[in-house]
Amino acid sequence: MTELPASTMKKLGLVIDLDTCVGCHACVTSCKGWNTENYGAALSDKDAYGADPVGSFLNRIHSFEIQPETGPAQTVHFPKSCLHCEDAPCVTVCPTGASYKRVEDGIVLVNETDCIGCGLCAWACPYGAREMDPVEQVMKKCTLCVDRIYNENLPEEDRQPACVRTCPAGARHFGDLGDPDSDVSRLVAERGGFDLMPEQGTKPVNKYLPPRPKDEQIDVLAPFLEPVAATPSGFLGWLDKALEKL
Amino acid sequence: MHPAASIITFTTLSGLGFGLLVFLGLGFPPVEGLNAFIFFAVAFALAVGGLISSTFHLGHPERALKAFTQWRTSWLSREGWAAVITLSVMGLFAGLIVLFDLRIAPLGWLGALACLATVYITSMIYGSIRSVPRWAHWSTSAMFLAYALSGGALLSGQVPAAIILLALTGIGQFVAWQAGDARFAASGSTAETATGLGHIGKVRLFEAPHSGGNYLTKEMVFVIGRKHATKLRAIALLLAFAAPIVILLLPFYHMLAALAVLSHLCGVLITRWLFFAEAEHTVSLYYGRSAAA
Repeated sequence: MTELPASTMKKLGLVIDLDTCVGCHACVTSCKGWNTENYGAALSDKDAYGADPVGSFLNRIHSFEIQPETGPAQTVHFPKSCLHCEDAPCVTVCPTGASYKRVEDGIVLVNETDCIGCGLCAWACPYGAREMDPVEQVMKKCTLCVDRIYNENLPEEDRQPACVRTCPAGARHFGDLGDPDSDVSRLVAERGGFDLMPEQGTKPVNKYLPPRPKDEQIDVLAPFLEPVAATPSGFLGWLDKALEKL
Repeated sequence: MHPAASIITFTTLSGLGFGLLVFLGLGFPPVEGLNAFIFFAVAFALAVGGLISSTFHLGHPERALKAFTQWRTSWLSREGWAAVITLSVMGLFAGLIVLFDLRIAPLGWLGALACLATVYITSMIYGSIRSVPRWAHWSTSAMFLAYALSGGALLSGQVPAAIILLALTGIGQFVAWQAGDARFAASGSTAETATGLGHIGKVRLFEAPHSGGNYLTKEMVFVIGRKHATKLRAIALLLAFAAPIVILLLPFYHMLAALAVLSHLCGVLITRWLFFAEAEHTVSLYYGRSAAA
């Protein structure tokens, strides 16, 4: 049913730390790997070794440059995947009921055998979280690795989304954002986690943690060094004047 | 947004078809016999042909019937129901006229109302997409209805009505374009809100996720042809409205009437191409395309 549940028992989602992400794309690769080998249609590539390769991904890393009013610019690596919104516009537009939001944990999923591949859900998502698979012609999106997190055949430490499990920097966290005492909720509260495009009214579950402020004084020893003379004197001063006259 | 030929054809033809059915349902002109058959055949061919072409862009058209299930929330699903119900009512109305020479006027009025409802529902497929600010406005529905009515008046040969409706729709379209140009900026979505990093400074895409394109950039970050938008708008207004109005003011000939219809059709196709090509999606903010691009 494409009617959104009034509330969900849990709000499973990701917390992504923009301070820690190093932009290595390991989460992109592990996501593509897991979701190609497991639940649902494989994430295909077309013309993978040709001139115009294209493929479906559930997670992509953008890099942004942020220029403050004063001082040098800063680079922020920015992983983006489905935010499992509470008011998910992608679900309600679906004409077939293939898209749905689970009452038990809030995960937004696509039933691929019901998907007609009309693409309207991808239009409705402000974030670009849904991609039509170029070979299977059904809509693909982040499942929050629903086939890992409850999978008792996996060791307990692997029961989290592939992107979280693989992140070498510890920039991705998974948990219940509906529980104010969960690790992820506390992390969001402590670090000032925020929503993407709140003005779109989607109420995303996933949160992003801002980069920590840069230190004002980078080198603590620099102030103690002798300042370099603005006007050279002695031999260098003579050389400077001599060269000027040439 | 990517201007898919199938969707441009769908909205243009079905809009014209349902517009013609509005006038036939109201009894303008009060057709009968072979004349009625021809008029209704043209209207149904346009409406049904448009609907069929809309299935061409589906990844799995064989599952299209499933689209009737989610009418509670989905405008696309409602569109399917509205089209089927409307075509059934008008089919009955037309069948009775053509086969039994029996005109049940209230059935025609009901059918005309259903035609307008169908066009409105089609428009809401686009008007409900909040992530495309240019579309998410009541003027989207108003313009879809205005196009259907002016095209319908033209096709049904209601000359004075057609002249007035064409002129009003043309002016409305001009105003809608001007207002639509400012709507993305007014929506408040920027690269800063998209990344949540505006408190640090001005945000600019430094590196895209990959060197090539993807489904999102092809489908939603379409920018080709926008530089010709002003010229195309002028050509569209000329073909869709100005030329047909001038032709209608001339003495009536069948060939001239056909020319007016053809000119209008070409103009509407261009406006629909612009409707998609000029629509900016918020995902473009993640790909370094500003609203002005």
